[in-house]
Amino acid sequence: MTATEIAGTTVEVDPEGFLVDPSQWTDDVARAIAASTGVPELTDRHWLVVRYMRDTYLSTGSAPSIRSLGKESGVPIKELYQLFPKGPAKLAAKIGGIPKPRGCI
Amino acid sequence: MTDVMQELEAQFTETPEPIKKVSIVISKGSLDGVYPGLIMANGARMEGIEASVFFTFFGLDAIRKDRIGKIKVATVGNPGMHMPTLLGAIPGMSAIATRMMQRQMEKLDIPPVPEFIELIADSGAKLYACKATVDMFGLDMDSFVPQVEEIITVGEFYERSAGAEIVFT
Repeated sequence: MTATEIAGTTVEVDPEGFLVDPSQWTDDVARAIAASTGVPELTDRHWLVVRYMRDTYLSTGSAPSIRSLGKESGVPIKELYQLFPKGPAKLAAKIGGIPKPRGCI
Repeated sequence: MTDVMQELEAQFTETPEPIKKVSIVISKGSLDGVYPGLIMANGARMEGIEASVFFTFFGLDAIRKDRIGKIKVATVGNPGMHMPTLLGAIPGMSAIATRMMQRQMEKLDIPPVPEFIELIADSGAKLYACKATVDMFGLDMDSFVPQVEEIITVGEFYERSAGAEIVFT
């Protein structure tokens, strides 16, 4: 765990760059993480997925599976992979300032 | 001499290259034969790893229109079930074991085979049927769900697996 500065905010991150404390997250932090993980611009569709991931984590304590992400976020699987080619669940969690999802699905 | 030593040391301490591409072979047609490969293919895509799945022999059941919804757990000849052979052979036993396992998987948000195949194809993985088995069973593209890209030979499978890790299940 290291403290680092993202978009002018000091945040704690794990070795893979996931925020340790979701409350340190801001929209600007999200944009900065996105830019550093191959998502240069966050569109409304990206935000929809990122907020769904984050809200689900904050209300249930665990991040949704890719299956429920595709069924319930309002963005179908094919589009999820277009928006986040390097892995939708993992990247949306990272950009959304929540821990890395631990599920296998 | 010290240069060589330093170079060798650098080689061993270097972080290994991350996996970029996997080719998964599914060769069995039972529930426990099909799922590991599907989970690995989906898991690869979730990590942004390129993935293709090659279905061969009874593994083809997982992409056959007439069998995709009927994949069952083997209760006979499956030591992992810890079930006496005669008990496992009772009619309906395999169906019961299958239902129990499916219920458990649903709890973990693991989709049933038809939905899983769709999920994996939508995630950008390529699904292939093995030509030798297709010919042996007298099948053709019409036998398969629409997510199947192509029927390919083992040679083509290796060609397309260039640079990939091959996983046989």
